[in-house]
Formats: sequence, C-alpha cells, structure tokens
Amino acid sequence: MPECPVCGAEPTISDDPVEGELLECEECGVELEILALDPITLGEAPDAEEDWGE
Amino acid sequence: MRVGFLHSLIRKDEKLLIAELRGRSDVELVFLDDRKLVFDFRNVPDVDVVLERCINHSRAMHALRLFEGAGLDCVNRYEVSRRCGDKILTAASLQECGVPQPEARVAFTEESALEAIEELGYPVVLKPAVGSWGRLLSKINDRHAAETVLEHKAILGSYHHSIFFVQKYIEKGGRDIRAFVVGDDCVAAIYRSSKHWITNTARGGTASNCPVTSEIGELSLRAAAAMGGGVVAVDLLERGGELLVNEVNYTMEFRNSIEATGVNIPERIASYVLSPDRAADR
Repeated sequence: MPECPVCGAEPTISDDPVEGELLECEECGVELEILALDPITLGEAPDAEEDWGE
Repeated sequence: MRVGFLHSLIRKDEKLLIAELRGRSDVELVFLDDRKLVFDFRNVPDVDVVLERCINHSRAMHALRLFEGAGLDCVNRYEVSRRCGDKILTAASLQECGVPQPEARVAFTEESALEAIEELGYPVVLKPAVGSWGRLLSKINDRHAAETVLEHKAILGSYHHSIFFVQKYIEKGGRDIRAFVVGDDCVAAIYRSSKHWITNTARGGTASNCPVTSEIGELSLRAAAAMGGGVVAVDLLERGGELLVNEVNYTMEFRNSIEATGVNIPERIASYVLSPDRAADR
C-alpha cells in the first residue's frame, strides 16, 4: 500500500486511480497527488497558483 | 473517437468526466498532462478532439491556441478561454453583445482607479483580471479602504494587479445563481448561498437547485454566446427583478451541483464533446 509522504499513513486509493489524481490523507489531512500508477506513488499536491481556477 | 484529455491535477470533476468518457464504447481516452507537454508549433497529439480541463488558466489558454493553430478541434475553444479567463475581456464581450452586467470600470493607475471608484460610488468590488474561486476580491466600502487596497495592489502585486477592474457592488441577498451551459442548452442551475458576500462554493457557499426559468436560460445562453459558446458556467446576480451576468467560467466545476440539480452534468459535457453536430459546426 502506498504511504503518505508526510505522515506515513496509508491513504485510501480509489478503485480507478489516474495519474495526477488528488486525494486527502485521512490521517494528517494533507492533500496528495498520485504521481505514478505502477506502483502507486504519492507526493504532496502543489500549492494553489495565482491563475488556478475555473 | 480519440479524445485528448488536457489536464494537470485530477479533481473530482475530472474523475467524473473520465468515468463518463471511459464508459463510452467508441472513445479512446488520451491523457495530455500540461506539465509534461512540449509544443513545437507543428506536431499535435493524435486525437480527434481535445477536452480542456487544466487548473491553470494560462496553460489552458496557450495550449488551446497552439492546438487549434495546428488544426485540432478543442472544447472549449481558445477564444472562449481568452474571453472568460480575463474579467476585463469578459466585461468587454458582454458589453459588445448587449448582455446586462454590473456597472464596471477599468483603470491603469492608482489615481485613475480611485477616481473610477468614487464615480461608481461605494461599495465597489475590486477584482484581479485573472483569478478564480473568489480569491483576492476586495469589497471596498469607503475612500480610506480604497486608497489602502489600491496602494497594496500596486506595490505588492505583480504587474497585472495594477490593471484595476472595478465593479459596482450588487447587494445579492446572500446568494447568486450559477447556470451551466452546454452547447445550446442551459442544462441546470444552482443557487450559491452564503452569509459571506463571496458566495463561491470554493469559499464555503452551499449549492441548492435553482429552477432554470426562461429568463435564466435565455440570459445564460446569451452570455455563453458572447464568450464564443461551448461549455461554460455563467454566474448571475439578482438585482430587484433583473438578472446581471457577473462572470463566465470556461473550465467549469460541477461536482457540487450534480446532486443538487439531479442533472448528470458530466454526461451532458461528454455527449457534447462527442457530438458530430458540434464538430460539424466548428
């Protein structure tokens, strides 16, 4: 199981993960990004940038 | 059909669209992560259509320009992203098409911006031309606040924060309306309610169903047409008995609106992207 790079917990991964997917570590609350699928690798999601949005 | 899915981070909105497209038997999904793309002005991905879902406006707009320039069919189109992504261009396009909006001014210096604010009358809302989710909006209630905010923006902000876009503040009674337009249809609408004057759901506003009246539907379609059509979310303000178009969003977020409206918005978007009629009209 992939570990949260911040707290070491094992966040829940969806059944159909995709690269770039955001998820939240249930243990420490940090926002994570799926960096790779095989094997699933997690990293901290980037901070919001000025032109982010809709 | 090969559908290029232009993205960076994948949020719930993108996951819903991916699931919808993967559920279509005739679709092959090609992921185009904007963080990995390199454009050479000639070659483009081998796809039939690109669905833009970038989180960065600047990347989305430039990628669409380059893809379209190389002949690719894109949803939304570059011109739609350009007009929607800059509130000044949005206001200009709405004005040119006779679509009602809050009274607004654009100024390029602190002094002229202050003059514009005083002419509009307090309160006003100062908005960055590029930005979303209700960030960096300033409701300015008096001259002292105006002077302070203008000085801070001019000194602390990057250059585009010294292009001042000022709107007359509309007292909206704790809610506004977001209408979802897909092609020629206004498919759904929600009320966004909050005790705060900023009602964006990204800032804690709550979504509830808003019946799509003929007035909401027609005005939303006019606003969408002013931007160049496609898939857009139109933010409407109620002032007395009239509706005003506040903003138009071209990479619309809908995850909080499916349950509230009962409308499968990602299904509608996917069908629009895959529609032969849309492709024939481009």
